[in-house]
Amino acid sequence: MKIVVLVKEVPDTYGDRKLDLQTGLADRAASETVLDEISERALEVALAYADSHADTEVVVLSMSPESAAATVRKGLAMGAAAAVQVVDEALLGADLGLTAEVLAAALRRIGFDLVIAGNQSTDGSGGVLPAMIAEHLDVPNATSLNSVEIADAEVRGERATDHGTMQVTASMPAVISITEALPDARFPNFKGIMAAKKKPFETLSLADLDIDAETTEASRSIVISLGEKPPRTAGTKIVDEGDAGERLAEYLVQNRLA
Amino acid sequence: MTDYSADSILVLLDVTPSGALSKSAAGLLGAAAEVGTPVALIVAAAGEGEQQAQDAAALGATHVIVAEHAAAGTELTVPGADALAAAAELVRPDAILVSNSIEGREIAARYAARSRSGLAVDAVGVARDAEGVVARHSVYGGAYNVDSAVTWGAPVITVREGSIDARAEAKPASIERLEVAASGRKAAVTGALEEEVVASSRPDLRGAAKVVSGGRGLGSEDKFVLVDQLADVLGAAVGASRAAVDAGYVPQSHQVGQTGVSVSPQLYIALGISGAIQHRAGMQTAKTIVAINKDGDAPIFEIADFGIVGDLFTVVPQLIAALEARKA
Ligand SMILES: Cc1cc2nc3c(=O)[nH]c(=O)nc-3n(C[C@H](O)[C@H](O)[C@H](O)COP(=O)(O)OP(=O)(O)OC[C@H]3O[C@@H](n4cnc5c(N)ncnc54)[C@H](O)[C@@H]3O)c2cc1C
Ligand SMILES: Nc1ncnc2c1ncn2[C@@H]1O[C@H](COP(=O)(O)O)[C@@H](O)[C@H]1O
Repeated sequence: MKIVVLVKEVPDTYGDRKLDLQTGLADRAASETVLDEISERALEVALAYADSHADTEVVVLSMSPESAAATVRKGLAMGAAAAVQVVDEALLGADLGLTAEVLAAALRRIGFDLVIAGNQSTDGSGGVLPAMIAEHLDVPNATSLNSVEIADAEVRGERATDHGTMQVTASMPAVISITEALPDARFPNFKGIMAAKKKPFETLSLADLDIDAETTEASRSIVISLGEKPPRTAGTKIVDEGDAGERLAEYLVQNRLA
Repeated sequence: MTDYSADSILVLLDVTPSGALSKSAAGLLGAAAEVGTPVALIVAAAGEGEQQAQDAAALGATHVIVAEHAAAGTELTVPGADALAAAAELVRPDAILVSNSIEGREIAARYAARSRSGLAVDAVGVARDAEGVVARHSVYGGAYNVDSAVTWGAPVITVREGSIDARAEAKPASIERLEVAASGRKAAVTGALEEEVVASSRPDLRGAAKVVSGGRGLGSEDKFVLVDQLADVLGAAVGASRAAVDAGYVPQSHQVGQTGVSVSPQLYIALGISGAIQHRAGMQTAKTIVAINKDGDAPIFEIADFGIVGDLFTVVPQLIAALEARKA
């Protein structure tokens, strides 16, 4: 079985994340970048399956700037067999529509039985790419899964919906996305880091995928204005001396909040 | 056949498993009415959807399209996208609004990919400028306001639940049934739904005016009841940090933050929550923030309007008693 995991590099959520007020793009210099935690969990689902099914090939795929290669390589160190990175200057500031077309084209080229994505990235947090990609590839989307069961020809799981959980089943090939209810990922160990250096790492351009980023056939989403809000500041802070509950009650009543 | 006005806004409304319109419907139609003529779309199995259509008109839909799809309710996402494609063809709207719920945004995703429309997600408002309908977003935990538009055609916009205060006036019901031919796109098959039990007397976390959230500091599922008690005295919704969710004190649907729900209430009370940046990303746009934490250095105090350094297990019961005494 061939499993392709979609991994994304994002600004570290533990740091200060900034948007460039001129371009409207994430300011990559302002913060550390990391492999998105949910991407790692998605990779863990694939690797855990591969651990017990020897004939499984796990490939990580990312569309990202060239500088993200080291982040993508972490996927190899964790245990993926190969990595594919789509890099092209024309992708700077790509919207969801273009990103989905590019990832779908790359997936067609790589080939897959199962695609595993995170349900939502921590920077775009669109939560839409897996379904968009499934549409382009004409395969089912079994998305937002809290649990995953991979069988020979189908994939099942418990989907987190807005009203509870629902069983869903998709025949493969399919695209699934997973939630943070799935386990944390393994850490790359020394052996994995060394082995990663010898694993195939393919870099693709838009020309390789036969995609024209400038096409006017698709409508694109663009930023038309951007403003920064002043950060919040601290107000009153008291140390409880036995009456803090009463003082808070008073504060709430005075401010018409209770 | 209905003549749809040139400024139509097509609004896909979610329906709950029990068959009611989702709570997001009022806000979606309210937003649509601000920028054009709201046309509601409801996806239903053959012969169904009548009551929801009536309800949509009462919430301000000028017209309601009930799209009948043979696989509605048995297949994931694809029937909704097929219905949206058929309705868009019929209405030729200026914009399409969909709830940013999991179901809603995935339908929007498939439809946008299929029609190659520009997609804007998680909007907290919509507006109209000379060129068309614009989506307003609040990103990186509310640190930035971003407006987006599309290069041509009708934008597909998903709207954050609970973010729209505008409401549209009730309209007389004008309902049209539309038989949707299945696209034949491969879909996942849905099975049994295990509905989450919700305390019906409590407001929804999304859109709530007041939220009381508990973190790891609550210590256990049993002790988390203190959060519920304070919420009930204040008429607030219950939220939680990811650590509290991970520890099993509350279901994931209560998680506030980066990977949970984003809230913007009048009042947000954080109990035993350190205020990690990912938590703050989901609540720092609240009007008033109150924090109780025994660690005076907890980062939550950096953004709290009223902070109490103390043990929540003594402060909160006293607070509840004081509030109840004032009510009596
Ligand atoms: C990609 C990513 C996404 C994330 N998304 C989210 C998210 O959406 N939401 C979220 O919340 N977190 C999220 N996190 C996790 C986040 O980093 C923190 O780990 C989490 O918010 C901590 O929760 P907490 O404050 O309840 O726990 P802790 O950090 O353990 O804090 C518990 C607090 O309780 C206080 N306390 C203990 N006992 C008492 C007492 N008796 N009285 C008063 N105070 C007491 C302690 O002083 C402490 O400050 C995310 C992390 C990552 C990496
Ligand atoms: N640029 C990208 N490259 C590879 N995978 C991506 C990219 N962007 C998003 N994804 C995948 O799609 C998931 C959902 O992303 P999003 O729709 O941005 O919330 C992520 O968790 C990733 O698995």
